[in-house]
Amino acid sequence: MQPLSKKFARCLIALPFALTLHASLHAETVARYGISMADIPLTTGQPDRGAGAYQFTGHTLYDPLVAWEANIGNRPGKLIPGLATAWNVDPKDNKKWRFSLRKGVKFHDGSDLTADAVVWNLDKVLDDKSPQFDAKQSAQVRPRIPSIASYRKVDDSTVEIVTKDVDALFPYQLPWFLISSPTQWDKLGRDWNKFASQPSGTGPFKLDKLVPRERADLVKNAGYWDKTRMAKTDRIVLVPIPDALTRANALMNGQVDIIETPPPDVLPQLQRSGYKLVKNVTPHVWPYHFSTQPGSPWTDIRVRKAANLAIDRDAIVKLLNGLATPAKGQLDATSPWFGKPGFQIKYDLATAKALMAQAGYSPSKPLKAKIIIAQGGTGQMLSLPMNEFIQQSLAEVGIQLEFEVVELENLYLHWRSGAKADMNAGKGITGINLGYVTADPFYALTRFAYGRYQAPNGVNWGGYANPKVDAAIDKIRVSFDTKVQDGLLASVHQAMVDDALMLWVVHDVNPHALSPKVKEFVQAQHWFQDLTTIRM
Amino acid sequence: MLFYILKRFLYAIPIALGVTLVSFMLVYLAPGDPLNAIAPADAPADVIEALKSAYGLDRPVPVQYGVWLWRAVQGDLGTSIASGRAVNTEVMSAVSNTLLLAGIAGLVGVLAGCALGALAGYKNGGWIDRIATLISVVGVSIPHYWLGLVLTIIFSIWLDWFPAMGAGPGGSSEWRWDIEHMRHLVLPALTLSVIPMGIITRTVRALVADMLQQEFVTSLRARGLGGSRVFRHIAKNTAPTVLAVAGLQIGYLMGGSILVETVFAWPGTGFLLNTAIFQRDIPLLQGTILVLCMFFVALNLIVDILQPLLDPRMGRG
Repeated sequence: MQPLSKKFARCLIALPFALTLHASLHAETVARYGISMADIPLTTGQPDRGAGAYQFTGHTLYDPLVAWEANIGNRPGKLIPGLATAWNVDPKDNKKWRFSLRKGVKFHDGSDLTADAVVWNLDKVLDDKSPQFDAKQSAQVRPRIPSIASYRKVDDSTVEIVTKDVDALFPYQLPWFLISSPTQWDKLGRDWNKFASQPSGTGPFKLDKLVPRERADLVKNAGYWDKTRMAKTDRIVLVPIPDALTRANALMNGQVDIIETPPPDVLPQLQRSGYKLVKNVTPHVWPYHFSTQPGSPWTDIRVRKAANLAIDRDAIVKLLNGLATPAKGQLDATSPWFGKPGFQIKYDLATAKALMAQAGYSPSKPLKAKIIIAQGGTGQMLSLPMNEFIQQSLAEVGIQLEFEVVELENLYLHWRSGAKADMNAGKGITGINLGYVTADPFYALTRFAYGRYQAPNGVNWGGYANPKVDAAIDKIRVSFDTKVQDGLLASVHQAMVDDALMLWVVHDVNPHALSPKVKEFVQAQHWFQDLTTIRM
Repeated sequence: MLFYILKRFLYAIPIALGVTLVSFMLVYLAPGDPLNAIAPADAPADVIEALKSAYGLDRPVPVQYGVWLWRAVQGDLGTSIASGRAVNTEVMSAVSNTLLLAGIAGLVGVLAGCALGALAGYKNGGWIDRIATLISVVGVSIPHYWLGLVLTIIFSIWLDWFPAMGAGPGGSSEWRWDIEHMRHLVLPALTLSVIPMGIITRTVRALVADMLQQEFVTSLRARGLGGSRVFRHIAKNTAPTVLAVAGLQIGYLMGGSILVETVFAWPGTGFLLNTAIFQRDIPLLQGTILVLCMFFVALNLIVDILQPLLDPRMGRG
């Protein structure tokens, strides 16, 4: 029999090893994510700061009725059931939609998702007389769900939404509308500011800590209803780092594990040092949107086509160190709505020069045009160098560009006002360079091509009006068969390309750089990225 | 002396009022729309109008100024359009971070600048003088954005001695005087300190070199005073000018650190201003500019009061 002191000593020696083993078995996995925003987006339900913000405080903490498939990278995603298991349009009245709610779903605070909660959330953003109305959330989502006219609870698990007009594309609007917990709002004294620091949704993550402008800690929701989308990492720390170089430095210094949009200049260094670069087809295009109003030099289709043929897009991709793909239209060629345009967008200097000659211009007798551009900002890629490249390229075929350079916020004003507005036409501005999100049929196509969507009714900036396109869009709105919809959308895109509505340059690839510690991250072909796919 | 202090206080009041007017109006002169901070770019006109009304931006600018000034006098700087948080809270948190950064950078800059400047003044024309002059020229002319990046590459990425960004471990800005937090302070403070260091080196060098030629120094030496006692006299005579220059420099550091704070993601006023400008967050922008200007006014007041204490001849004027 061993003396007691010896046993005790052995236990003492074994204890640290046992503790280490225990700790390693239960160690929390943490991914620190350097995001390009200057602040954590709103956490109350509807994130601010654009489409990209939904991946951080939108589809992490909350769920929509109809979701977007964002956890696959090898093909475009599609609409999938979210908090609604099914949705159907009333065959007798095509404006009425019924949504069957998923049963057994709980908010982070433990309360149940019910039809009352969904109606309460619709009031939150659409009814300014309801006590829970939040002007800030409303401003974010109202432009994205423009079709809703009214709504009501049918029974505890069914909600009916009526649209203003028949709108077959309505389900595409719903991934933008997220459901917050009414119970938590009541519990926090009906105060959205308090709700922001203790939010409650039904999403795969819960908010553990929020330090404005510095960090947000999202922890795995072990009780998440969708077992196929359980978070692979226990904790994700979002760290706002707006400066691209600082983000890259923080990654290389080990302060964060993932960054979005690394600066093109540091890519070779990152890759040499073992960091992984992931990118994918992304619904975003970087174009010049032409004015087709009387007096604009772009009213001549030969000039618009010549401009599209005068750009060496591969050289621009090289300028961006590979962080882009050449554009062949508004959409990437893999899109189900790309169609078969007759006009091939490529680099063909000879044809471009010939078209310009037919239009009566040449490098010695150039056409002059003024384009308004941003000095930089979200979605603008490397605005100034890319614009200078285009300026030189177009000069070769006889188009002399002059730029009006403004801040992005100011550019939005010019955009919303339309080409006809005095701030544009009055200053001789006949083109605008603005990166466009092209995530769904409305965002990609109809808002730019439909004749009725000219300012102040929409952002058909240049005033494009094509009766055939309008007729196709009218048909899309009443066609509830997805295949028919896709075919019609493809015909709209074909017409846009054949009419050379814009000068399409490149598509963004939404690059991310990952430290070797990150074992997995599925990058979807969308701005909605699914952070549950991150594995450390 | 009391009259002098009172007079300086009274002078500060119209300056402060002018500052409120300028800081309020400046943001209206810039192009852009504050509603872009809260509404998506393609928000329809009715959404924009509703928001304008909700934030009082539909009222005439003089009315907006009056309301803003009245609230500011009572210590309420409004609510940030972008974040919905009180501007006071946002600005005070940023001010404390910048004060810390500017204070350390200023201290390093003043101490190093005085030491280098005094050495260069004493060794006028020698190799120490040339090195000090070179350092001061580089300090004043080097782009600090670039210097910050170079220091980050060397000390964060290559050597891994200091963090590349943030004010504390894990993004925490609750400052503590521990090694982890101090490590975050080193690179931004060092980057920022080269500005005051360069200017103070140049100032002190010129003053010391000039004073060494003056008759009172010759007479002090003739009376048999040692080097350290002569230096004490020189230091006392240069102090008011150095104080004025240092005060201005620390004031500049408070607002002039935008690029350095952006490079290091240091959550101070520069970083806040940068964010507010890009988001067109008018209340936040006005509040931050106002606090920075008031800080500058207060700093000048303190310097004006301290100067005659060090040199009583100034108070008599």
